[in-house]
Amino acid sequence: MNTLNRRRVLRGMLGGSAVSLGLPLLNLFLNGNGNALADGSPMPVRFGTWVWGLGMNDAIFTPKKTGANFDLPEEIQSLAPVQKHINLFTRFNTFKDAAPLMCHHTGWVILRTGMAPTLTQVRPGETIDVTVAKKIGNTTRFQTLSATATGDVRDSYSYESANSVNAPEFSPIRFYQNLFGADYQDPNAAEFKPNPRAMVRKSVLSGVLDETSAVMKRAGAEDKERLDQYFTSLRDLEKQLDLQLTKPTPLQACTRVGDVKGEPSAGLDTVKVAERHKIMTKLMTMAVACDQTRVFNMGYAGETAATTKAGYEKPHHTATHEEPTDPKLGYQIEVSWFTRRAMENWAEFVAAFAGVKEGDGTLLDNCLIYAMSDISYAKIHSLDNIPMFTAGRAGGKMKTGLHIQGNGEAGTRLGYTMMKVLGLDIPSWGTLSNTTSKEIGEILV
Amino acid sequence: MKSVSRSAQLFRTAASTACLLLSAVLASCSGSESVAGSQGAELAAVPAGIEASSPAQRRLITEQQYLNTVANIFGQDIEVIAQFAPMQRTEGLLALGASKAGVPSGELQKFQRAARQVAAQIVDNGNLELRLASHRDALFPCKPAAVDKPDAVCAEMFLRATGRLLYRRPLSEARLSQMVGEAGQSAAQLGDFYAGIATVIEGMLISPEVLFIEDRVEPDPEHAGRLRLDAYSYASRLSFFLWNAAPDDKVLKAAESGELNTAKGRARVVDMMIASPRLEGGVRGFFDDMLGFDSFANLAKDPTAYPSETGATLADAREQTLRTIYDHLVTKKLDYRDLFTTRTTFMSPALGAIYRVPTTPGWTEYQFPANSPRMGLLTQVSFLAQHAHPARSSPTRRGKALRELLLCQPVPLPPPNVDFSALENPTAAHRTQRDRVNFHLQNPVCAGCHKITDPIGLALENFDGAGIYRRTEKGVDIDASGALDGKGFTDIEGLALAVRNHPSLPGCLVRRVYSYGTGTAVDARDKPLVDFLTAEFGRHGYRFPDLMRAIVLSPVFYDVTPPAPAAQKSAAAAN
Repeated sequence: MNTLNRRRVLRGMLGGSAVSLGLPLLNLFLNGNGNALADGSPMPVRFGTWVWGLGMNDAIFTPKKTGANFDLPEEIQSLAPVQKHINLFTRFNTFKDAAPLMCHHTGWVILRTGMAPTLTQVRPGETIDVTVAKKIGNTTRFQTLSATATGDVRDSYSYESANSVNAPEFSPIRFYQNLFGADYQDPNAAEFKPNPRAMVRKSVLSGVLDETSAVMKRAGAEDKERLDQYFTSLRDLEKQLDLQLTKPTPLQACTRVGDVKGEPSAGLDTVKVAERHKIMTKLMTMAVACDQTRVFNMGYAGETAATTKAGYEKPHHTATHEEPTDPKLGYQIEVSWFTRRAMENWAEFVAAFAGVKEGDGTLLDNCLIYAMSDISYAKIHSLDNIPMFTAGRAGGKMKTGLHIQGNGEAGTRLGYTMMKVLGLDIPSWGTLSNTTSKEIGEILV
Repeated sequence: MKSVSRSAQLFRTAASTACLLLSAVLASCSGSESVAGSQGAELAAVPAGIEASSPAQRRLITEQQYLNTVANIFGQDIEVIAQFAPMQRTEGLLALGASKAGVPSGELQKFQRAARQVAAQIVDNGNLELRLASHRDALFPCKPAAVDKPDAVCAEMFLRATGRLLYRRPLSEARLSQMVGEAGQSAAQLGDFYAGIATVIEGMLISPEVLFIEDRVEPDPEHAGRLRLDAYSYASRLSFFLWNAAPDDKVLKAAESGELNTAKGRARVVDMMIASPRLEGGVRGFFDDMLGFDSFANLAKDPTAYPSETGATLADAREQTLRTIYDHLVTKKLDYRDLFTTRTTFMSPALGAIYRVPTTPGWTEYQFPANSPRMGLLTQVSFLAQHAHPARSSPTRRGKALRELLLCQPVPLPPPNVDFSALENPTAAHRTQRDRVNFHLQNPVCAGCHKITDPIGLALENFDGAGIYRRTEKGVDIDASGALDGKGFTDIEGLALAVRNHPSLPGCLVRRVYSYGTGTAVDARDKPLVDFLTAEFGRHGYRFPDLMRAIVLSPVFYDVTPPAPAAQKSAAAAN
């Protein structure tokens, strides 16, 4: 349907009674082959990230075998149900070069921006999810969606720039309300009722845009950059209002989630974190399936993970430094307990996307999810061999079920590869020793 | 940030629905209405030889400032579920991050969601069954000729008054006319006068003029070649500092009349603002930031270790400290340093279980006996629990917090690539935190930093990770002796006195207040003024309201300079 014509029609109708338009039958989600949407457009490919804290114990985490059918050492045994959906990357390094090591900050910043942070408290620049969202996230209600299982709004891994953070949704109830509250348009609803206020809001927004232009004339260079970003955000808001006036495409995978009525109380007890993660994952899965966003981030832990275990006095981070290595087993038992819980949650996250049918496959098949930690061996704040995963086949462009070893090469190779897969035209990614223009070919179809 | 406006906690108690009338807001509900008398001793004016100016800023409004402002303008019963991105803590303050923070798309969506909530409530028509009053009847100074049609006259009356308060300066006639037109078009399309107004209010609440607090400058007629804030920007700077909210009608009138451009006028307005009940919002906002209380949003204790310390207890612990501070510094106008030795506080039933004292419902003032180990802010649950692990105390965290938050002494980060194997709890013989810390201090790599934190924290070992008093740890009597920068002590009282008398304590506060008010980190150029203010603060008995007054009336608050280049600023940051 011609959007302009439709809007013109709607504008005329808004002055009168409520509008309702009949929709196609719900069995017309897909084309005849089941591999594209009914209107002929391809299934969208989505990009997601998932972060856990404090790395792993190499001896019981890293498989002996590389390639397909790799073994699952005890710390990642919980990944068995999703092994065929994931790739594991080990022996890749991150390089701080001359920058100081900022313990639990440096590693994830490099893996998400390609650059080592240079000063304490310096936030990262544009993170990979934002870079990708600029390419694939412009047609949905949310350009990116971030959530954290920690319950703490400060735990973000998504930055537009050093001074612009995408704060995560930290309350499952609020996340539900923001996703499926009053502004949600069910793509599979029997009738489409455009929000009559959307048009008048657009009109008012144009006045705010004019105000912004006037304010920008008074701004210095640094502030102008901030106001430019604000102006772009207003434009995004305008696009979102347009979406409210346009009948959404029916989506087979989309099911409205039931109301979230309760959530765990504050705190980082592993059980509470897992409960929060479970609800957030369900909401995020449906946000993606309902095409509310095509770029998403989920944090299992904050930087310097402080997850706790009931009855054990040391939080995860403290345990990494203080718990003795068991002389018989050769690793820190409690620290590994925390890592195992993280891996269980990662498996659950992957399974949630794999469990949603979309087209002739699953939602996960049309996703590319990137998981990483902040550190490798937390006891000594090691940046070498930070483990990473991917999940999903990116619409058929990625192989899965592989264990790839990097032999000390830059971990940014994975970020670079993913961005190429997602259609970004970039000759290289990263700075200094983290610079790469070399894809990880083994995972490409 | 909790789900419903935090401002509600602060303002609802004294609120009356009469305050909902916007027209009345301009008169009887003004924050500056309740002037309660003159201030104490005046700190001396800044001598002419001391350079005093600050960079012009464009600060993103904080969540609390937004909530306070909405409550002040539209009434305390306007509920807003806001979850704006937190600012980046810089030089010890979140407030400094506001000068750099941007608004990416997702964040603007959050502002818009908040705007819709506010706008919908402003124009609601109440609900008789639920006994909810009509906001539109209370807030609008007029009624439209027909509720289902545009009414330009009534729209203009409402939007002119509201716009002036939200934009913190009068709307231009052209912009006002545009808004009235927008309201009319919306009303016509939606068939509802009030819906049309709500749409325009939504737009106002995401306007850059509202979300960014801009320091607009003009030539200073009294100092050729120099710049000063224009009167409205000065009014905003004053108000967001003193009230943590936008200026009210009276302050804006002082800007309009030119009163804020005179020394005498500024003094009158500042005294009026300091005497206002809204000062509590400003004082609480500052100390909440300075003490890092944002961490309470997700602070929790292990219920197996501390079953009585629930989320509600921790929320009360934060509130207890803020009440103690306001009562001590503002209500009683006492010496700032005595906050660290005072035995006067406030108690709630939830806290009674932790402090093991009898309580009555609600908050009541409470006096610990003279022999109590509870003495000053360091012995309150907020400090003790905030700077501890979920299931145990932490001398290191407590010592670090004391150094960084109260003395402005940054503790270095741990060195990279340290193998902590030598620091693992070695044997069962190390039963107390003191044993473990002493063992750690034997390692020269770690001792450098831990020596500046742990001996302070060890003096608080009589309080466990929940802040509950204990005499022993694992059956061993606790040794609470320690030292702070050469001052030795044997117990908590000794630590409290050492902190109270530490020479860096007042200077750190001045530095933080100065940064908080001007929105920029203190650098070498500011040092003479900060030193002067610190000396004056001491000379007049360390009275906090006097310090606030001196800062806002000093030239640094209205004389502005172009922002320093980033590199120059950071290089000069240490003093």
